[in-house]
Amino acid sequence: MSGDHPSAPLLEVAGLSVGFATRRGVVPAVRDVDLSLRAGECLAVVGESGSGKSVTARALLGLAGAGARVTARTLTFEGRDLRTLGGGQWRRLRGRRIGYVLQDALTSLDPLRRVGLEVAEALEVHGLARRDDLDDQVIRLLAEAGVPDPHVRFLQYPHELSGGLRQRALIASAIAAEPALLIADEPTTALDVTVQAQVLGLLEERRRRGTALLLISHDLAVVARLAGQIAVLFAGLVVERGPAAALLASPAHPYTADLLAAVPVLDGPDNPGGGPVRGLPIVRTGPAAATGCPYAPRCALADDRCRSEPPPPVSYGEDGQDGQDRMVRCFHPGRARPATASRAPAAPARVTDHAVVSVRGVTKRYRSPDGSWRTAVGDVSFDLRAGEALGLVGESGSGKSTTARIVLAEIVPDAGTVLLDGEPWSGLRERDRRPRRSRIQLVDQDPLSSFDPRFTVERVVGEAVPGRMPRRRRRERVAALLGRVGLDPALLDRVPARLSGGQRQRVAIARALAPGPEVIVCDEPVSALDVTVQAQILALLAELRREAGVALLFISHDLGVVRQVCDRVAVMKDGRLVETGAVADVFRAPRAAYTAELLAAVPRIDAGRTAGALPHAALNLEAP
Amino acid sequence: MPPLARRLTRRLALTLFVLWGAATFAFAGMRLVPGDPARVIAGGVQANATPQVLDAIRAEYGLREPIVVQYALFLGRLLRADLGGSYQLGRPVSQVIGEQIGATLALAAGAAALGFGLAVALATLTAGRPRLRALSRAAEFCSISTPNFWIGILLLAAFSFHLGWFPVIGDDGPAELVLPCAALALPIAGVLAQVTREGLERALDQPFALTARARGATEHRIRVRHALRHAALPVLTLSGWVLGELLAGTVVVETVFARQGLGHVVVAAVRGRDFPVVTGVVVLSALTFSLINIVVDLLYGLADPRIGAAA
Repeated sequence: MSGDHPSAPLLEVAGLSVGFATRRGVVPAVRDVDLSLRAGECLAVVGESGSGKSVTARALLGLAGAGARVTARTLTFEGRDLRTLGGGQWRRLRGRRIGYVLQDALTSLDPLRRVGLEVAEALEVHGLARRDDLDDQVIRLLAEAGVPDPHVRFLQYPHELSGGLRQRALIASAIAAEPALLIADEPTTALDVTVQAQVLGLLEERRRRGTALLLISHDLAVVARLAGQIAVLFAGLVVERGPAAALLASPAHPYTADLLAAVPVLDGPDNPGGGPVRGLPIVRTGPAAATGCPYAPRCALADDRCRSEPPPPVSYGEDGQDGQDRMVRCFHPGRARPATASRAPAAPARVTDHAVVSVRGVTKRYRSPDGSWRTAVGDVSFDLRAGEALGLVGESGSGKSTTARIVLAEIVPDAGTVLLDGEPWSGLRERDRRPRRSRIQLVDQDPLSSFDPRFTVERVVGEAVPGRMPRRRRRERVAALLGRVGLDPALLDRVPARLSGGQRQRVAIARALAPGPEVIVCDEPVSALDVTVQAQILALLAELRREAGVALLFISHDLGVVRQVCDRVAVMKDGRLVETGAVADVFRAPRAAYTAELLAAVPRIDAGRTAGALPHAALNLEAP
Repeated sequence: MPPLARRLTRRLALTLFVLWGAATFAFAGMRLVPGDPARVIAGGVQANATPQVLDAIRAEYGLREPIVVQYALFLGRLLRADLGGSYQLGRPVSQVIGEQIGATLALAAGAAALGFGLAVALATLTAGRPRLRALSRAAEFCSISTPNFWIGILLLAAFSFHLGWFPVIGDDGPAELVLPCAALALPIAGVLAQVTREGLERALDQPFALTARARGATEHRIRVRHALRHAALPVLTLSGWVLGELLAGTVVVETVFARQGLGHVVVAAVRGRDFPVVTGVVVLSALTFSLINIVVDLLYGLADPRIGAAA
């Protein structure tokens, strides 16, 4: 398909470097990045947090930030040299020719302004609308972005809209002035799978109508559906670039292979033991190297040469593939094997028939602001057996977190009971419940934000260690717990703010393990993490379950994640359970229509993208 | 009941409670002063009230009745908006206050407008701009740490005696209002500018500011149309404090500039122990505070739609 665009590229970037001036000199964030994008094409930039992908996007808008040093050999857009633009020229470009969609529309739309005003701003600043038909234009744009009832929505505030509608409104504001290039930075992070699929569809629609799309994500599965080209960014370097289909089918750089392995999959071999479906991938994370190949510290293939000299960009694969070349910065291209392939399926955990938690006909209703009653959880019943991992799946608002809080006895249900170990739990007074509180623990999305930021890791975890003991012994216990979750005891004296997202989640798990619980409730424990870190945390949870025999109530909107960790799954919709069953059965043959809908919406990397795949991607694959 | 009406009702009930509290404290204060209450009301020993006057006071305040009845009489008069009479001045308190309140209101309102305006202008111009910010901060700290009366004296020295731009004293024209307003407004502007700037800088760091920039909005537009509204919330919270500053400041400023006004009346009443006047001013201040708080409460809802939904 790319052959159909003989015109010059819309965006041409060569040797783009961005550094930030600090007291210790200029710290490079992006190094020597080459990109090229034509009208109607989609280029995906993929990498983990801190890889420089957002900085790259902002540099293209002249918004790299105060103290940023942007240099490039070539930086042209629509034939204009962006390096020479002044402030006013940049402003005429922004929004008008280049649209920008940020992640998390709750904070990316001004919370104090009506949604319609935000969309109108793009038209106003570029003088594209007369006062008297501004409202009509905004309503038309919102409708185009798939916002239902736009004439109502445009008068509402962002907090009154759902996450999906907010993201659509944000996209409407970015495309209002019909820019030739749309940059979308993690446009679907924090959205449910079904909404994610809709938003991606909307972006795809723009691309089909001729807008060039620069898509930024940490998740290869998300971009796989849209991207014609993929550039993989690590430590500010493009380590691999090429046509999406070829790159996904046969990753050349070890980092690309690791990223692919970290994506939870919905299909693939089942584990006959009924436990987690397959051996979880072993993905190493860690800081980039300062000399040589930046990925060397995390790479299984790294040798002395990798550690001493930086690999230059080389072309990879057969020549003449539609004229689309693949580039990789590696001395051992195409030799990486994801670590999971060689790993044997994990032994199943010991699950007994004894129910540690029994939820019986639990109902919880809330009063809406307009006075009507809304059922958050309606007549939900399930058992969590000892040593079992039960997944609770549903979209936001389905009542899964309310159910979790009822199980934790933080919320008292209006009807129904929860039994812990066959004894009453939900109906007790808190004073009677307290002695058994330690048997059920919680790990949530960002658990450390609920602690005093000045508490050290030792104190955060040490608090949860039961019993009185001298400080030295407590410290030893905490160090042992950190060891169990794969953390260096040297972190004992760190404060949470100085830990990475993955490390924080490990600390939270160590804290949950401290009192030796029978049940850990995990509420979206990996939703805020990059795929590579997510894979590690999931592996840790699965391992702890086998070793400690802890039962997991695992709440997630991500079906792929649930499939990796859980034995059984319960699907919730509008406060009710629509389906319960073994993970293998539910995923292979869902009985409820809603489950099938959820499964269909999960982004997946399909090496033979055929049915329903994008035409140009299929073409690329057939070419060799 | 719609939420707005419900909230207003609640606030009005609270206002009545505050007024009742202020009146009760004034009543208690009057009775806690040792000596004959009638003499206290008349202005103490030095007022030299005649026995006839003392008798009139005893009749008016029911001082021969039990204290509960006295309290009821006192509250009943307040309910009819009757603040009583000043025996020292020989006139009704409402008349004394009514004559003076205009000048004080003009001074306070002018100072509030000047203070808020100056603060917003300074903060908008200097937020996120290190060099300008450093200059502005230095000026703000000076104005915060200098007492009103000293600012007033300096302003008088510079603009009246030296430059001759404004009259030295008097209160019969807008020109005379400029220096007293400035003296009252500067310390307030110093504090508000710092709070506003912090709010602006926090807002400018938010993703929505980046989104607005990516739409091609000018820096000025982002500050005025987006960030300023976010900065308004902490500033609104401070408006109670501002009112207190204004009330206290008017007393000083009116003295320095030899202006008519309530501050003047209060000083004279306190010195002369004119209890009816003091009580009247206390109740009036409580009423002003409560009303301003209701307005601020409504402004919160206007500034942040999320608050309106939550209440």
